[in-house]
Amino acid sequence: MSSYELVIKTRTGWHLIDFREVTRYRELFAFLVWRDIKVRYRQTLLGGLWAVLQPLIAMIVFTIIFHRLAGVGTDGAPYPLFAFAGLAPWTFFSASVTQSSNSLIGNQNLVSKIYFPRLFIPLAAVSALLMDLLLSLGIFSVLLIWYHWRLTAAVFFLPIFIVAAFLAAGGIGLVLSALNVNFRDVKYAVPFLIQMGLFVTPVIYPVRYVPKRWMWILAVNPMSGVVLGFRRCLLGTGESWQLVASSLTVCLLLFIVGLFVFGRMERRFADII
Amino acid sequence: MQPIIEIRNLGKEYQLGTAFRTENFREFLLRKARQPWNGLRGRENPHASGKERFWALRHLEFDVPEGECIGVIGRNGAGKSTLLKIISRITDPSEGHVKLRGRFASLLEVGTGFHSELTGRENIFLNGAILGMRRSEILAKFDGIVAFSEVGKFLDTPVKRYSSGMYVRLAFAVAAHLNPEILVVDEVLAVGDIAFQKKCLGKMNEVRQSGRTVLFVSHNMATVENLCQHAVVLEQGQLSFLGTAKEAVQHYLKRQATSAGENKSHIVNLKDSPRRGHGSSPLLDKAEFYGPGGEPLSCLQIGDALKIRIHLHLDNPVESFDVGIGFFSLYGQRVFTAHSRFEPDRPRKAEPGPKVLVCDIPSFTLVPGDYIVGIWADINGVMTDLVEEAARITVVESDYYGTGKAPWNDVMVMKQRWHTETAPDELRVSSGCTASGAGPG
Repeated sequence: MSSYELVIKTRTGWHLIDFREVTRYRELFAFLVWRDIKVRYRQTLLGGLWAVLQPLIAMIVFTIIFHRLAGVGTDGAPYPLFAFAGLAPWTFFSASVTQSSNSLIGNQNLVSKIYFPRLFIPLAAVSALLMDLLLSLGIFSVLLIWYHWRLTAAVFFLPIFIVAAFLAAGGIGLVLSALNVNFRDVKYAVPFLIQMGLFVTPVIYPVRYVPKRWMWILAVNPMSGVVLGFRRCLLGTGESWQLVASSLTVCLLLFIVGLFVFGRMERRFADII
Repeated sequence: MQPIIEIRNLGKEYQLGTAFRTENFREFLLRKARQPWNGLRGRENPHASGKERFWALRHLEFDVPEGECIGVIGRNGAGKSTLLKIISRITDPSEGHVKLRGRFASLLEVGTGFHSELTGRENIFLNGAILGMRRSEILAKFDGIVAFSEVGKFLDTPVKRYSSGMYVRLAFAVAAHLNPEILVVDEVLAVGDIAFQKKCLGKMNEVRQSGRTVLFVSHNMATVENLCQHAVVLEQGQLSFLGTAKEAVQHYLKRQATSAGENKSHIVNLKDSPRRGHGSSPLLDKAEFYGPGGEPLSCLQIGDALKIRIHLHLDNPVESFDVGIGFFSLYGQRVFTAHSRFEPDRPRKAEPGPKVLVCDIPSFTLVPGDYIVGIWADINGVMTDLVEEAARITVVESDYYGTGKAPWNDVMVMKQRWHTETAPDELRVSSGCTASGAGPG
């Protein structure tokens, strides 16, 4: 008999997740991410190409509609580059939130039959999409060459904003996926909320278009810091660091809140899913 | 020595009604909004708001010593699955605790976590990881798993193209290569062909003999008796018996037989049956049992004619409707199935309304004993309604062979004729002589 001992009893109140447990199961997490990547474009003609087509086509459409027709400007860079630098993290975020919020109910048989840290399911969905983000950054480098735009040393800070995007999407995904177990309303609300999110995040337009008195919306919006950070690192166009710092703090808080809410709700998943 | 599994005062309470169905957000807000009112009026009591609670498991206490194979038996709804779900940490208990002193793995359902788009090879890795194996461990056991599953050349085909047999074999192969100190097994042996079942039993025996602990939940009494030293019997969420596997099975069968007496009537109401399967839509209304002379059936002698009239109703016009009747031994094995599909040229298309299907079995040849009758309705080829333990019938001895000799302890009897023929050897030795044998009658 090993010295291992596990006591199973009723859990109550708020707890942060059990990190020992998470490290013990870390290989499974890798497998779930791998599964999500493998399965995503199975039986499609274009396969992984879809990952880059989505932001690329959005970029073209946005350039025509907002830049050419509506006359939206940028903060220095050519509009297609400006739009793509915002669309890359935004596409990641919207796809992550959509997929992670539906991940638990899409894996009902796992939730109701096998034990492992449940938060792996929504977080694996988000992690798998990091792959798509990296692919679209590859396309971005092609665009940079096309437009003869020079990268600066700021590009080395990009990982910070990728992590922030992961925290924001992960935190929201954790809360929404847990709520979705109880209330299937989430499934219908998410696409709508994401659409609204695009307008309150400076993806299409530069920050200088936003009136001072509405600036606070950008400051509490986790994705505005990410989008601005991406532009700063990739295009070198300057933005208010206070705004970015406040927004990144929100990303971190969201993730922590997500962990707590998920930890509290996960106990009943198997009973009600 | 301390037991490897220790269960103390374990209980699990479920809420019926709202919690079983997913409540939508509006209902949730309404419920929350009403709560303060209920509190003011002193109606905080959840029983008052129409929510029924019930204990799926209560006051359960027992220990499992290390290296033991212990069976858990009980009828449907006795709390077996709830117990397993708690031990495998899928759901929290409402009271009490379980202490596990060893790493454990559970096979609540083989193939959990299989992804239909992934190939056999990929699923071995994924499923292995889900069941708690490390990558290195899976790599080391990979060839063994493939050999055990016999899916060899289909290894790189997505499992959605597998036959159900292959699927189950692959799933069990992965599970069988787990190496935990405690293994929890639930009904996995109900699947696959006989040869494969044998293989599975062999594997479980191997696990047991290597000194690991097995908790085995099954409907099949014969398997429990064979595999387990001890067994617990659960009844309505409580421990009803704990002892050697043989005694436990006897206890269970005796309880089954007594409860059989309670509802023994030749007309069985299926409409409000508590034994209706999950997700069934109630179509079956009533079943009537008649004996050889058309008289209401009390008990049946071997070889007697049996007539069963099934009343059902259809809500919509259907392309086809059929009724199946399964006869199960108390050991849980299905021994015979009657199905209207087996009747050639029966008009199967039907308009909505009440229907009566009559099944005539000219000679019922199962050996004496009690049988559980399950009845189901197939609409357009899909099982739509199922009443699992609809009725019980008792078969008693009779002089079936007309010789006064009773059949042994088999499953069934069959008409047979015997006579003696001249053996070739005999012919050579005593040529000219004809040994003649005569069959009876």
